[in-house]
Amino acid sequence: MTSTAAPSQNFRDRLRAFNKCVCDGARLMVGQGDYGTYVAHIAKTHPDQTPMTEREFFRNRENARFGVGNTSGFRCC
Amino acid sequence: MGAIQKHGPWALVGALGAAALAVVATQRGEPINALWVVVAAVCVYLIAYRYYSLYIADNVMRLDPKRETPAHRHNDGLDYVPTNKSVLFGHHFAAIAGAGPLVGPVLAAQMGYLPGMLWILAGVVLAGAVQDFMILFISMRRDGRSLGELIRAELGVIPGVIALFGTFMIMVILLAVLAMVVVKALAESPWGTFTVGATIPIALLMGLYARYVRPGKVGEVSIIGFVLLMAAIVYGGQIAADPYWGPAFTFTGVQLTWMLIGYGFVASILPVWLLLAPRDYLSTFLKIGTIVGLAIGIVFVAPHMQMPAMTKFVDGTGPVWAGSLFPFLFITIACGAVSGFHALISSGTTPKLVDNELDTRFIGYGGMLMESFVAIMALVAACVIEPGIYFTMNSPGGLVGTTPESAAAAVTALGFPVGADVIAQTAKDVGEHSIISRTGGAPTLAVGMAHIISSAIGGKTMMAFWYHFAILFEALFILTAVDAGTRAGRFMLQDLLGLISPTFKDTASWGPSVVATALCVGAWGFFLHQGVTDPLGGIYTLWPLFGISNQMLAAVALTLATVVIFKMKRERYAFVTIIPTVWLCICTLTAGWQKIFSPDPKIGFLSHANRFSTAIAEGKVLAPAKSMDDMHKIVFNDRIDAALAVLFVGLVVAIVVFGVMACVKAYRADRWTALEADPKLAPAE
Repeated sequence: MTSTAAPSQNFRDRLRAFNKCVCDGARLMVGQGDYGTYVAHIAKTHPDQTPMTEREFFRNRENARFGVGNTSGFRCC
Repeated sequence: MGAIQKHGPWALVGALGAAALAVVATQRGEPINALWVVVAAVCVYLIAYRYYSLYIADNVMRLDPKRETPAHRHNDGLDYVPTNKSVLFGHHFAAIAGAGPLVGPVLAAQMGYLPGMLWILAGVVLAGAVQDFMILFISMRRDGRSLGELIRAELGVIPGVIALFGTFMIMVILLAVLAMVVVKALAESPWGTFTVGATIPIALLMGLYARYVRPGKVGEVSIIGFVLLMAAIVYGGQIAADPYWGPAFTFTGVQLTWMLIGYGFVASILPVWLLLAPRDYLSTFLKIGTIVGLAIGIVFVAPHMQMPAMTKFVDGTGPVWAGSLFPFLFITIACGAVSGFHALISSGTTPKLVDNELDTRFIGYGGMLMESFVAIMALVAACVIEPGIYFTMNSPGGLVGTTPESAAAAVTALGFPVGADVIAQTAKDVGEHSIISRTGGAPTLAVGMAHIISSAIGGKTMMAFWYHFAILFEALFILTAVDAGTRAGRFMLQDLLGLISPTFKDTASWGPSVVATALCVGAWGFFLHQGVTDPLGGIYTLWPLFGISNQMLAAVALTLATVVIFKMKRERYAFVTIIPTVWLCICTLTAGWQKIFSPDPKIGFLSHANRFSTAIAEGKVLAPAKSMDDMHKIVFNDRIDAALAVLFVGLVVAIVVFGVMACVKAYRADRWTALEADPKLAPAE
């Protein structure tokens, strides 16, 4: 993690990374994975396919969380 | 020199923990500061994480950072995604944390804080966290398959079906008990009922917003929902005081029971985006926020523990739940120390998202330590209120009556002096008509939390707000569990019924879905109704049954882990899972046996039934029954409960027998027989 940028820049980057981590964490807690990661994955491994739009992705994850045979939305203790 | 640098700081942590534990265990008479409990717990967690979890990772599992995880192997950007360790920790913790670790320790406080605290710490380090970590590891090495599939693959088809059926029955009891906690907290409380009821239109509004106005903006819609919720709590105070709306939102337990049953049915067949998903956002974020807030509150306020370290009720004569310290304390605490349900989560989405095998130690073992810390905080919250108030709130109505005077007399007679004026004043402080016999744990926890948080923010005038905030927070995630659990139970049931009639497997068509939902709601609704109308207060009867079922599922999961260790030919390390399995079997089988056969009608279902059926034969009506109908109902309910206990005992015995057979077979085999996914097979891409 050596950076040649100014310390303040470095700090801002870290803050941004921390923010992203918190936001990603909060979204994943309710079953919403990262859309950017998904798009990057499709672009890399299936360049011929059109990825779902952000809205489609959101609904896909929502259904997956509470869908058939999935107990991940169920919590108790 | 190297060893000192490496282990020195940890030795200091250990010494600090030992000192804190010594203070907690030896202080007599003077109330101790709750911070000693917190410090002792944190030190135990740190040492256990640093040494024991590493020992398991290195010897039992031999985690390999170079080995491909399912997230890499099957990466699809959706279900299988390599995920940052901290992000995944948050996901896993949010999924395992629920109402269980909050309610169990509150009930356990009737024996004082020391027995509960010691079991929470010992249980999590040696059993609970080991189970979560092992199941996560096993599932990760098998492409993230579920607990049922793992048992079927490693133990056989019959144990697989038994486990599936057992899981369903356990879920039914869990939903009934959780729903009962909500009913007990909201009965005769217009303020609470209004705020919890308001979550339904708020969630619907959020659902429509996230669907049509700003799809996918989870943070935005959650903030809107949160603001509306807070407004509902504030406004709820006025509603409760209103001469028209106050009575309109005042319901008896039985009325609330029917409302909840109807709600559960409708909510679990509505589309998920409309009600379930937005409610899930609110409950998840509120839960994490409140847990963090409570932790900060305890450290900041540093309250004193008013409850004695040990009360005389360790002999089993306590009013909150029946049974002596062994085995019933271990059953009552349930989730904070070891929870079988976590095996379902650890074999759910988490193993599909693990980036590196080494991360599982932090996520599996660490996540459960965090959960245990929540249980410790709940115990603290229950013990910082006056013991007299604690027993006033948690004793059955038959014992304490309905007026402050009768309750003060009864609780003082128990050995915990309290004045009628103090009881009346506490009810007034939290904005309720009465706090007498508000069993179920949630109201007690809410009073404790209000006590702690209001010392930090707002003082006495804010106490009513914090009390209803705490009630809302618990009710909210219990209702989410009821929704999601009914849905999951319906799928499970359709799976099981599909074994008999294949048309049931069609989860998309209406007929089977409605039938399966009705069966599922009917099953938990039956136990809920039984619990709410139970003259002993429901919790007294049903919580032990829930505890037994949950600990038994843990025994089943740990049996699976033991079998896998034998199949990996690492049986010299199998004590890691055998010790907790044996202990859980001893506790649950003893407790199950006593619940069925104990001659004491307070504990044994059958002797209780006999007492009432003898009275029926003589034509007498025994209190608390009011009519012959009540008498018959009590006998019937007792027999159902006994049958359920028999079922759970049979289930765990069967799985353990199959487990031992599988271990013997694996021990005799001359090679590795575990069924891990082949690490060398590259993904087909």
